[in-house]
Amino acid sequence: MPKIKIPTPLRQYTAGNSEVEVGGETAGETLGNLASEYPDLRLHLYTGDGKLRSFVNVYKGDEDIRYLDGVDTEVSEGDELFIIPSIAGGSAEGQCR
Amino acid sequence: MQTRQPLVQSPNGAVEFSNEEIARYSRHLIMPEVALDGQKQLKQARVLTIGAGGLGSPLALYLAAAGIGTLGVVDFDVVDESNLQRQIIHGTSDLGRPKLESAREKIEDINPNVKVETFGEPLSSENALEIFDDFDVIVDGTDNFPTRYLVNDASVLTGKPNVYGSIFRFEGQASVFYAKEGPCYRCLYPEPPPPGLVPSCAEGGVLGILPGAIGTIQATETVKLILGIGEPLIGRLLLYDALGMRFREMRLRKDPNCPVCGENPTVTELIDYQEFCGIPQANAKARVDEVPEITVQELKERMHNGGKFSVLDVREPHEYEVANIGARLIPLAELPERLIELDRDETLAVHCKTGGRSARAVRLLQDSGFQNVYNVRGGIDAWSEEIDSNVPRY
Repeated sequence: MPKIKIPTPLRQYTAGNSEVEVGGETAGETLGNLASEYPDLRLHLYTGDGKLRSFVNVYKGDEDIRYLDGVDTEVSEGDELFIIPSIAGGSAEGQCR
Repeated sequence: MQTRQPLVQSPNGAVEFSNEEIARYSRHLIMPEVALDGQKQLKQARVLTIGAGGLGSPLALYLAAAGIGTLGVVDFDVVDESNLQRQIIHGTSDLGRPKLESAREKIEDINPNVKVETFGEPLSSENALEIFDDFDVIVDGTDNFPTRYLVNDASVLTGKPNVYGSIFRFEGQASVFYAKEGPCYRCLYPEPPPPGLVPSCAEGGVLGILPGAIGTIQATETVKLILGIGEPLIGRLLLYDALGMRFREMRLRKDPNCPVCGENPTVTELIDYQEFCGIPQANAKARVDEVPEITVQELKERMHNGGKFSVLDVREPHEYEVANIGARLIPLAELPERLIELDRDETLAVHCKTGGRSARAVRLLQDSGFQNVYNVRGGIDAWSEEIDSNVPRY
């Protein structure tokens, strides 16, 4: 099964796992299965109408799937998908500092 | 030795070095990749570092040591205890001082030949273009999304390379966004995350040493760009995993449809970045006002008087271990499933560290039908400051 690498900010939603093996033949399927296995992740990966959020980039190997076949990018045994979220460090917005 | 066009043109003899400088830069001068000409380019260079904090500290220190001629520093913050764990350009004796003052002193001590230009006002759509125009390289050491997008857009519009670095807990990212040759930040992240979806260092914590690694990588890239040597991180996203001690690289492509640096740009001037990141400024205050509050003084009185009154702490267990006022602990994320543990007839005061998470908890409780719930304004921080200084601040 393909492996999905989970970045630190999202590990709290995958029970602390930094790597998850999930079935799927395409990137879209694999991610969808990931979100089904860890429902708390859904909000962070998908918008209300089921699209992958644009501040979450998904890479197959070292290439952004946007420049491959998007969610239809084929994945197979041994492939690694990386979720790269945007991070900014530092201060909190709003009231928490 | 140059592998690409240096960012700063080869000097025509106008840049001179004293004997002291020659002695100082000896280890650069004896390398053909830098040599006298290269050191002159560094001296001619004007670099703007945005932020004198976690990333900005190693950045400014190393760029000063390297002999950058003019270092611009942008920061309007004041040195706080919690900074000292990672912002190594500041020391204990700088507590309470503006970061700019402290940074200037350290830079001038390391290298008095560096001219320091300070910008104490926040970077904004009103001043960014003018400030950026005056520099050769922009280095982004900021700590929030709106500023990152502002820095990106202003860099693209003024044609400057933006040396990017960011950190979270044990991971970091670095790249060089130079629209003339590759993608910009928006090509990678067209949209910011909605506020609250990605925790910051203040909420998620960060390994103090982490920005040291990334900030130093940013300094390295800056020097390489100025000298035109090596392969810069243009079109490359460097990912650093401190725990695994692994570096990985992802390919970044220029997005032809990028609204700022693409073929048909729609963003041709700076916008309202707070709005872009979904942080309505005027409304933010209104939301806080909507939540019923009590002060820590009032809390103390109520706790003393007893009656049908209890206090709820919505922080995390590891925070409770550091400091607490004896309240019942239900972390915010668990609250929805644990409402059943709370007595709806009681008056409930809710606190967190500074008042943000507890405000969200109060709203959640109100939405679930709780009537007498109050947010403790300022949280345990305020309690420590105003009521009982024995409670540690963290």
